[in-house]
Order: sequence, then structure tokens, then C-alpha cells
Amino acid sequence: MTYLAKPKLHHPSLKPNKVGFTRRDYEGRISTLCAGCGHDSISASIIQACWELDIEPHRVAKLSGIGCSSKTPDYFLGQSHGFNTVHGRMPSVLTGAYLANSELLYMGVSGDGDSASIGIGQFVHCMRRGVNMVYIVENNGVYGLTKGQFSATADAGSKSKKGVVNTDSPIDLVSLALQLGASYVARSFSGDKTQLVPLIKAAIHHRGAAFIDVISPCVAFNNHAGSTKSYDYVREHNDSVNFLDVIEHRNPIEATQPDDGSLIEVAQHDGSVLRLRKTDPDYDPRDRIGAMNFIARHQAQGEVVTGLLYVDPDARDFHQHLGTVETPLNKLGTADLCPGGTALDKLNASLR
Amino acid sequence: MIQATNDFVIKFANVNGSGSASANELFAKAILRMGVPVSPRNIFPSNIQGLPTWYEVRVSEAGHLGRRGGVDLMVAMNPQTWATDVAEIESGGYLFYDSTKPLPPSAFREDIQVIGMPLTMLCVKHYNDPRQRQLLKNVLYLGGLSTLLGIEPDVVEKLLAEQYQGKPQLAQPNIDAFRLGRQWAADNLQPIGLKVRRADNVGDRIFVDGNTAAGLGCVYGGATVCAWYPITPSTSVAEAFEKYARKFRTTAEGEKKYAIVQAEDEIASIGMVVGAGWNGSRAFTATSGPGVSLMTEFIGLAHFAEIPATIINVQRGGPSTGMPTRTQQADVLACAYASHGDTKHVLLFPEDPFEAFEQSAAALDLADRLQTPVFVMLDLDIGMNQRLCKPFAWDEQRQYDRGKVLDFEELESGRPFGRYRDVDGDGIPFRTYPGTHPKRGAFFTRGTTKNVDAGYSERGPDYLENVHRLVRKFVTARGLVPQPVVTSARQPTRVGVLFYGSTSPAMHESAQRLASEGLGIDLMRIRAYPFPESVRDFVLAHDHVFLVEQNRDAQLRTLLINEYGLNPAHIQPILHYDGTPITARFISRAIRDHLDRIADLEGRAA
Ligand SMILES: Cc1ncc(C[n+]2csc(CCOP(=O)(O)OP(=O)(O)O)c2C)c(N)n1
Ligand code: SF4
Ligand SMILES: [Mg+2]
Repeated sequence: MTYLAKPKLHHPSLKPNKVGFTRRDYEGRISTLCAGCGHDSISASIIQACWELDIEPHRVAKLSGIGCSSKTPDYFLGQSHGFNTVHGRMPSVLTGAYLANSELLYMGVSGDGDSASIGIGQFVHCMRRGVNMVYIVENNGVYGLTKGQFSATADAGSKSKKGVVNTDSPIDLVSLALQLGASYVARSFSGDKTQLVPLIKAAIHHRGAAFIDVISPCVAFNNHAGSTKSYDYVREHNDSVNFLDVIEHRNPIEATQPDDGSLIEVAQHDGSVLRLRKTDPDYDPRDRIGAMNFIARHQAQGEVVTGLLYVDPDARDFHQHLGTVETPLNKLGTADLCPGGTALDKLNASLR
Repeated sequence: MIQATNDFVIKFANVNGSGSASANELFAKAILRMGVPVSPRNIFPSNIQGLPTWYEVRVSEAGHLGRRGGVDLMVAMNPQTWATDVAEIESGGYLFYDSTKPLPPSAFREDIQVIGMPLTMLCVKHYNDPRQRQLLKNVLYLGGLSTLLGIEPDVVEKLLAEQYQGKPQLAQPNIDAFRLGRQWAADNLQPIGLKVRRADNVGDRIFVDGNTAAGLGCVYGGATVCAWYPITPSTSVAEAFEKYARKFRTTAEGEKKYAIVQAEDEIASIGMVVGAGWNGSRAFTATSGPGVSLMTEFIGLAHFAEIPATIINVQRGGPSTGMPTRTQQADVLACAYASHGDTKHVLLFPEDPFEAFEQSAAALDLADRLQTPVFVMLDLDIGMNQRLCKPFAWDEQRQYDRGKVLDFEELESGRPFGRYRDVDGDGIPFRTYPGTHPKRGAFFTRGTTKNVDAGYSERGPDYLENVHRLVRKFVTARGLVPQPVVTSARQPTRVGVLFYGSTSPAMHESAQRLASEGLGIDLMRIRAYPFPESVRDFVLAHDHVFLVEQNRDAQLRTLLINEYGLNPAHIQPILHYDGTPITARFISRAIRDHLDRIADLEGRAA
């Protein structure tokens, strides 16, 4: 946590991006989280991704539940509307907001307690529906804000700071999201910005339910020996399946492309291209069942698989399923919505 | 034997799922088409097939639409409930039954007239298909009853033709069965003392249930998002919204100008409504008591973060799962104070389907204007029963009131914006929708305490400023909600009676009855909470004040006493809460008994 006020004047090197905003314009209020908290690094990655993608801040709506992680939307994109809702119920609020206006970018930020414990029902159903959103869980295996109780993602056998050993089976949100039909699923580590920023960018480009599980150590309550969500543990057990690069618009295919199958290109519906350099020859992120098997196999060996785990570039989102008009519903006025008196007279006549 | 024309109660005792519902509804409609008001009520179990169900029709040329109580003619089609059904008939009344199987004399009563019609035998004789035997049995008794009561056959046949419009292969067997029943009754049955005679007392009124009206009201009121979870007796609100939205809000290309989501539970339903409301769509949910219980955390958030939300609560009997298929007005306190902390919410009390339509549309305006949750307090009695009411009305000039929202131009012009500032002194701040302006108007919404500019704060003064403004806003609401309706006695009177919602027809009938007996009473129908000051003034202007409710604990009375610091002894509760709709007889007796007791006491004191 830093108590230093930010300088008012922008550093001259902070050049504006294509839409005229400097990186500073994507920042929020000063974080009040513990110094070294993984969540702050994720905020920084979100800021960088949005800045680099030239997204106008006001076109983003940030929503969260309750927890240290859920506080973070106040600490990035200060020029966006944000909504810190109730514990575990961000998905429904985000769903409603998205129904009201299909044109904004919906960024849902949650914690493992928020999404895997109290709010697992809502997590499950918003993935099933294909709500067009970027859903990030800042996963530290504990309830940070209420001082370190185990959450539902804590691994069996992991030890709390007070020395209690967790015996409940963990919920793996990535596997769950895959099973539920999320069309973009990734995992990363708060300490690995080079991996995380492109994953967030690709999720923003994706149309459909995009989920990123970000292991984010809690330095106050879950960063000790015996924890499986500590910085040291994750660094040692991280198995990254690919490196991602997001190309904004389809460029001509370069001649230098290796043809040994280690490079995959996935074109997204909006014209952007995800270029994946595979580090594991067995892994194809377009194969959902294969991904589930791969993750389960590695999990059994105590490895945390990271990278872009699954993407369906042709996914349809919830508005498409519902068949709504293109104009955002919140822009429709009386003339669009009210059937009027003549229709009512006819209806009255049918009720006699 | 009872002799009555256009003024009696007939009750059909059926088995759930036997197809009787449409025949019974047709019976009620036929009488309506003869210009005689009726009010039918379904009394049904929480079950799909096989359990007893009743359909009670009050025929009243005078236009009394409340439940009367007592049964003059019982159509006993359910052997399971035979004994209680027979016992319920008024002395001198009539019993109509299927006489295919002979019953011992002990199955009947001496003081009633028994009318047997061998329905099963007739069906077996005329139809081969078992399903047809079952369904047409209902039409056969319709035919028999039409002969007995003098219902015009042309009216019924026209209704049957309308019901099976475009399906002549279904219409004809139904019409034939109806004629068969009529003929058999004419040949074999004696006339009875109950008669329907053509009148002209229906006028241009419509016949519809309150849930349909509420769903339609949400279409007219401009709701674009509906999120709901099935629960009796509210389910048909969402179904009606979908039906009418599909009809009126689908573009030529087949695209929808609405979104309806069957959520995973009521927590998600209200969460979606809150999210849509925050983002500038009109959104509503429909539910009943257990759903409201689940929603309360979100309702508190919407109250404190000041987000519009419309909740249609079709009340049933509680607590807990209670009586899902019975009626009550027992969620008044649970809704008025829903959620933890100092919360208060706007409640509207429609009296019939006409008002269910009007107030659902009004609720969407009020929610936007006041930036807060608004409840429409329907109940099963008006929600799920068809009721004769004024035709729906809509002013073509009417524009939706979206409340205090700053748009791009206003933000661009440099108009200052602070989300929770009371600029106008009415307690209602301005808001902005997400995505409006690239540089101005963004704010962070939260349920925790904030300062007037929506910044995080745990300071006491900031908290107080906020909650005191919310009180001012609630006072503003008193002037915006539907105002009470007063019906004064012909002569000045010391007796005033307050009531609300579905109690209305029984109350008006009771007042008429009491007036004809020489007791004039002033009536005030409360239509909303927060109560306008006129409600307090009405109480203070009468020596004897009654408040009629359909719950055990006099919930609205508690609310009223609390709101205006009134003397509890001044407001005598009249409470009906067994799950059946309140009757005029019940109210009249309660008022009489109380006034007699007082007169007695005063007499003794004198
Ligand atoms: C209904 C409800 N129950 C309990 C709480 C208390 N509470 C606040 S945050 C939290 C846990 C948060 O854990 P997580 O989502 O993992 O966030 P973290 O703080 O670890 O980032 C709890 C239980 C609450 N706010 N609301
Ligand atoms: S308690 Fe843990 S999760 Fe919360 S701010 Fe501190 S380090 Fe982060
Ligand atoms: Mg956590």
C-alpha cells in the first residue's frame, strides 16, 4: 500500500494512445490493499491491457462483488462507471447491465470466496448463458478481507497461516468454466504480467463468456510455506502451455512462421488474431475436451497449468441467444416501447 | 328452496387436471355475456393432477365482486370431497351431481334439492375415446346447468366457437355435447329456484386476471428487462409480459425490443434487475413471499445505492412456504422494510386488474423518478382470478418519466455532477448512465457509505448526510405515489374505515349493506406507502377508525402507526387471514360487533 499522493502533472513520457488517453487516464484511486498483494498487480495488468487496446475508458463498466479483490475496480479505470455490488452476486448484476446495453465492455472482478464459495451459483449460470464479459477471479485461496479463512479454491492439504490443514476438496474454477460452456478460458499468475496482459487483451476481444483465473497471493494470510497459493509455490509449479500474442487486426501471414505446429493462430470474430506459441506440443486450446483432460492430468501431478486454455472463436453470446435488437435496450424510448392506445382498445375488446 | 335471480353462488368441485377449468370459465363468461356481473375464484391445490380443485362463481346483478361466502348450488364432480362439498351448501340450496352410480340416501341432506344427471353414462354411450369422455363430461354438465339456470344457449355456443376458433373439428363435438346436455336436462330435470336473466350491468368492462394485467402494464410502462424465477402465484406475470412483449415489441425482422431471463433463483433475478436499472434500462421482476425473502440483501443495496427496480409481489399465505395457493396480504411489513439497516420502500396496492396494469406502469416511472425499489403488492385473489374491471386505459401523449439523468449534452455543457448531491432539495440526486461521456459523469456505485460525490467514506457526517437525504426523498415520494381514494357516507359519520388492495369489492359491498341498515361509514382506500398525510388526517377526523387487512398481525396498521405516531387504540384492526378471500359478511359483522361493544360500554358507563 502506498500513501504517496500521485503527482498532478503527467510525466511527459506518458504519451496518449490512439483515442487520446495516457496510461494515467486508465488508473484509478490509490489502492488501499496490503503492499505486495497480488490483486494490485492484476489491476496494473488491466490498466495496461485497456491502454494498449485503445479502449475509451467510459466504454467499460467495471463490476465486482465483495472482498479485497472486489475493491480493486476502484483502483483502475477511474473514468469508467463501477459497481461494487454484494458478496458473490456480481454475475447477476453484470448480466442485467449487459442486457441493458450490449455496447459496453463488461469487466467483472471477483475473488475466490466471492465466486467459488458464496457466489458459485451465479458464477455457474452466467458462464452457461454466454454473457459477453471478461470475468477475472483474483484467486488467493482465502478470504482476505475477513482475515484468512479458507475459501473453496484452497487445495486439500494446504495449511492456513494459523496452521489449520484444509481437508475439503478444492473447486477448480477453470475446469468448472470449461464444463459450463465458457467460450474463453485462461489461467495466469498475478506475478507474470507478460503472460497476463495478453490474456486480458484477448479476453476483451472475445465475444462471449471469457473467464480468467488469476492466482493472486495474499501476502497477509496465504503466502507462507504450506500454502499452495503463495508466490513461491506458484512459481515452482507453474506449467505454462503457451505464450500468447494478440494481433489487433489480421495482418498478412508472415513467411517466417514455423511449420512444426508450435504456432497456432486463432481469428476472433472482431478480426483480431490470437497467436499462440505452444510450449507444450500436446496442447490445442481449440479442443475443449482435450483441455479438460490435460488440466485434470496436470492437476493430479500438483501442477498449475497456465496460459490460454480454451477458446471458441465462433461463440455466440447471450444477446444473440435472446434475439434482441442491435440498439441497446437502454436507448429505446416511449415510441419504441409503448404499443399505444389503439392496440390497447383492441386488447380490451378481446377481454369481453 | 332458495329462490334467486341473478344473485347466487355456484361452486364447482372438480379434480385437478380433469379439464374442468375451461368449461367452468366458459360458464362464468356466458353469464357475463348476458350482461350479469360475475366474479369467479379458483381454489386450487399446489399440485398438477389428481387433487381437489374448486371454482366458485358469484353471480351478482348488483355488481358485488367480492367473495360472498356460502354456496347455493354445488356442482359436486369430485367423490373425494363429496362430504365436505355437500355440507357446505346453504340450507334450501341445490346439489348437482353425476348420478351414474346410485348413492345411498345417507350421502345427501334433507334440506337441499338434489339434481342427478348421469354424466358418465351419457359419455360412455356417446363417445368411444376415453379422453373425449373425460373432457366432454364437463361440457355436458355445462349444458345441463344452462337448461336449469336459463343461460341462453346461443351465448354458450358462440363462446365455444370462439374458444375453438380455427379448429372446427374440436368446436363441433363440444357444441354437440353442450346440446346433448341441454336436451337431457330439459327432458328429465325439474326447474330450480336459481335463475340467470339477461341484464345490462356489465357495460364496457373487461374480464381479466391481475397478473396478466401487471405483465401488460410492464410492457406499456416500458420495461425492457424482466428477470424472474417461477413461483406461484406470480409466474403468470412474467408469462404475460413475454406474451405481450413478443406481440408488441418484435420488429419486422423478428428481433426483440426486450429481454426476458428465467434466472437461476430470486437472488439472481433481482441482481439482474438491479444491474439493468443501474445501466439505464427499465427492469422488473415478479415473485411471491419466499422470493422476496431471498431478494432482501439486493433490495437494501438498491435502496442505498439508489437504483431503480420494480418488484411485483403476488402475495400468498406465509410464513415460509405457507399456503402457496391461497391468498393473503401478509408481506406488507416484509416489503416495506425489506433488508437490514434503516430501509424503507415504496409499496403500491392495486385493487383490481385495472389498477394492476396502471400501477405496474406507474411503478416503472416511480422507480426511475425516485431511484429506488418499488413494490407492486398484488395478491393471489386478484392476481390469479379473472375479475370484471374498467377497460385498460393509456394516454397517447404519455411519455416515460426517466427521472433525473444527465445526458451527454448536459455533461458536455459543464453542468456540475455529484452523484449523491441534493441539488433540488427533494432528496433525489442526479445520476448518469455508464458510457455516456468520455471525460465526465463516471462514478463508483457501492453499498458502503460514500460522500456526496460517491467517493468511499466511513465518516459519520457523510453517512448522516446520505441517510437524512434518503428520508427527504421518502417524504417526496408521498406526493408522487397514487393518492388514497375516499368514498364518503351520505351523512357525516364518526366511523371511518381504511382498507387496501383486494379487500376493495368486499369492503364496498359491506359499506352498502351497512348504509342500508342505517350505519353510514366513510371509506378510505390506501393505494400506496409512504402514506400521504391525508391518511393521517382521515384517521384523526373519525372517532371510530377501522383498518381492514388480510393478515394476522395488522401489518399495515403497524406501518401507519409507526409512520405518523398515531395512537394504536384509535385504530381497530379487522383481520381475515385463513387463506380465503375476505367477504363483505365478515367485515360487516366485525364492524357491527365492535361498535355494539363500544355502545355497550358507553351505555354501562352512562
Ligand atoms: C452476505 C455476506 N456475507 C459475508 C460477508 C463478509 N465477507 C466480506 S469479503 C468476504 C470474503 C472475500 O473473499 P474473496 O472473495 O476470496 O476475496 P479476497 O478478500 O480474498 O480478495 C466475506 C466472507 C459479506 N460481505 N456479505
Ligand atoms: S488481506 Fe490479502 S487479499 Fe487482502 S489486501 Fe491484504 S494481501 Fe491482499
Ligand atoms: Mg480470496
